[in-house]
Amino acid sequence: MKSRTIKVDYLARVEGEGALYVKIRDNTVVDIKFKIFEPPRFFEAFLRGRTFNEAPDITARICGICPIAYQMSAVHAMENALGVQIDGQLRALRRLIYCGEWIESHVLHVYMLHAPDFLGYPDAIQLAKDYPDIVQRALQLKKIGNEIVALIGGREIHPINIRVGGFYKVPAKQELSPLAERLKWARDAALETVRWTATLNFPDFEQDYEFVALRHPEEYPFNEGRLVSNKGLDISVHDYDNRFTEEHVQHSNALHSVLKGRSSYFVGPLARYNLNFDRLPPLAREAAHSVGLSDVCRNPFQSIIIRSVEVLYACDEALRIIEQYEKPDKPAVEIQPHAAVGYGCTEAPRGILYHRYRIDDNGVILDAKIVPPTSQNQKTIENDLRQFIPQHIKLPNDQLTLQCEQAIRNYDPCISCATHFLKLTIDRV
Amino acid sequence: MQNKHLILIIGVGNAYRGDDGVGLRIAQDIKKKSPDHVNVIEQSGEGISLMDSWKDADAVILIDAVHSGRKPGTIHRFDVHTQTIPAKFFHYSTHAFGVAEAIELARALKQLPQNFIVYGIEGKCFEAGVGLSQEVEKSVQEVVKRIQQDIHDYSPRKYTEHH
Repeated sequence: MKSRTIKVDYLARVEGEGALYVKIRDNTVVDIKFKIFEPPRFFEAFLRGRTFNEAPDITARICGICPIAYQMSAVHAMENALGVQIDGQLRALRRLIYCGEWIESHVLHVYMLHAPDFLGYPDAIQLAKDYPDIVQRALQLKKIGNEIVALIGGREIHPINIRVGGFYKVPAKQELSPLAERLKWARDAALETVRWTATLNFPDFEQDYEFVALRHPEEYPFNEGRLVSNKGLDISVHDYDNRFTEEHVQHSNALHSVLKGRSSYFVGPLARYNLNFDRLPPLAREAAHSVGLSDVCRNPFQSIIIRSVEVLYACDEALRIIEQYEKPDKPAVEIQPHAAVGYGCTEAPRGILYHRYRIDDNGVILDAKIVPPTSQNQKTIENDLRQFIPQHIKLPNDQLTLQCEQAIRNYDPCISCATHFLKLTIDRV
Repeated sequence: MQNKHLILIIGVGNAYRGDDGVGLRIAQDIKKKSPDHVNVIEQSGEGISLMDSWKDADAVILIDAVHSGRKPGTIHRFDVHTQTIPAKFFHYSTHAFGVAEAIELARALKQLPQNFIVYGIEGKCFEAGVGLSQEVEKSVQEVVKRIQQDIHDYSPRKYTEHH
C-alpha cells in the first residue's frame, strides 16, 4: 500500500494547519481538507458599538485589494436600513469607482498570478524576463484602475471619500476628462487581453455548478440586483440569511458557506458572466464570442478569459459614465439614523460580498455580519479538487501540488483578507 | 502633478493584523520628524501599487513586518541592490503579489530606484486585532533612528549641511 500526503500550507503562522490537505492511498484520494479563508469575525466584533457611518472605512481595511467592495456593501446596507436610495450621478460615481477596482483586481490576477500557470512560469517575475511588453501592458492597465479609485475614492489604498449617503466630495467634470483618453487606450488593451488569454491552453474540466450572482434589470451588476442562480434561486438580498448558511466542517475548523437544502455554489466572474451575459454591452459580448466563448462558461480554468472580458466591460462602462457625468449639486444625501436592520450585497471582483447591520436609534451598530466571496467559494474549490486530483493522480507530488494550486487560483482566492503569508509544503507518508 | 520627492519612505502593512501594522506605525513616526524632501506614504503591500509609488523616487526605504522564525522584534535590513529579496523570508507567495515580488519584478524590468533599503521587523502575532506585541513595539524606535540616519545619508548636501 502506497500512501502520500500533499499539503499546501497558506497560514505559515498556524503551525500544522494545512490549508490544503490531500491524502492519497493507492492512487485514490482518501481525504481532502481545504481551508484558505478566515471569515472577518474580528471586524464583526470590532464594528459593534461604532456608528453607522464608520462602517465603510472600518470594513475597507479588511482587504488591501478590494476596499471599494467592502465600502460599497457597507454603504448600501446602511442606506437600506435607513430607507435611502442613492440615484443619479452619485449612483453612477459608485459604479465608476467599482469599475476601477475591478480593473485593478482582475488585471493583477490575470497577468501576475494566473497567466504564469498557463505559460509554465513559476511567477510573474520570470514571465517578465521573457515577455516584458506583456507585463508592461498589465502595469499600465492596472494603473488606470488605481487612478479611477484614487480620483473618486480620495486615496488608492483604503479610500476615504465614500460615505453613507454618497461621497464627502465629488469631482468636477473636467477632473474626470483626462481619464477618458487613457481609458480608450485601456479598452483596447483590455480587448488585447481577452484575445491573449484565449490563446492559452485549458484543461478540459467542467462541473455542474450552481452559479450565484446579482442580477439587475438593465445593467451588468455592481451594487444592485436580485440574487439569482442558474438553478432557480431568485431572491431579494434581504433573504440572504434565509437561504444561505455557513456550516462547520468535520475534522476542520473551516466554515463552508452553502445554500440551505442544496449545497456548494459558485460566485465571481464566471457566475456573473453566466447569469448576466445579456447585460453586457455589444462590445464585450462580441469580444467573448470572437474568441470562442459562448454565453455560458463552466470551465473555471477559463475564468482568466472571463476576467479579461470583465476588464473590457469595466473600461467601457467607466468611459460611458465619464461621458455622461455632470457634477451633482450635493455630494451626499443627509441621513438621520433610526433603529433598523439593513442588508447590502455587491459584486466584489471575486463575487458577492454580503453585509448585514443592526443599528439603534442613535445609529450605533448592535451587530454586523460580513460574508466575503472567498468564504462562499471554499466548498466549491474543495469539490473541484476532489474531481480534479484523480485526473492527475499519477503526477509526482511537486507537479500535482502545482496543478492543485492552479485549480485553486481559478477562484482568485483572497488571501490578503486572511493573512498575507503563504507557505507551501509537501509531506510524503 | 505632485512634486518629485527625492526620498520615499513606504510603510507597508495592515493595522488590523497585530504586528503586521509595524511598518505603518514606523512610517507615521518618521512622518512627524521628516524634512520636506522626504515623502512618507502608507501602503497595503499590493505589489503593483508599490511599484507605481516608487517609480520616481531616487531613494526608497520600505518597512514591513516579516515572519522568518527569528526572535520577535529582530530587525533585518536589506540593500536591494546587493541582495535579492528572499521571497520565502518575507511572505513566500505564489498566490499573492507583495513586497518581494514587486521588488524582483522591478529589478527584472530595470525599474528599481537607485537606492533601495528594506527594513523587515520580525513579527510575533499576525492575528486579527489592533496593536503591536511588546517585543515588536520595543524595536520601533530603533528602526526609526536607523531610518533617520539613512535619510541623512541619502540626502544631498544642501539638505544636511546645517546639521
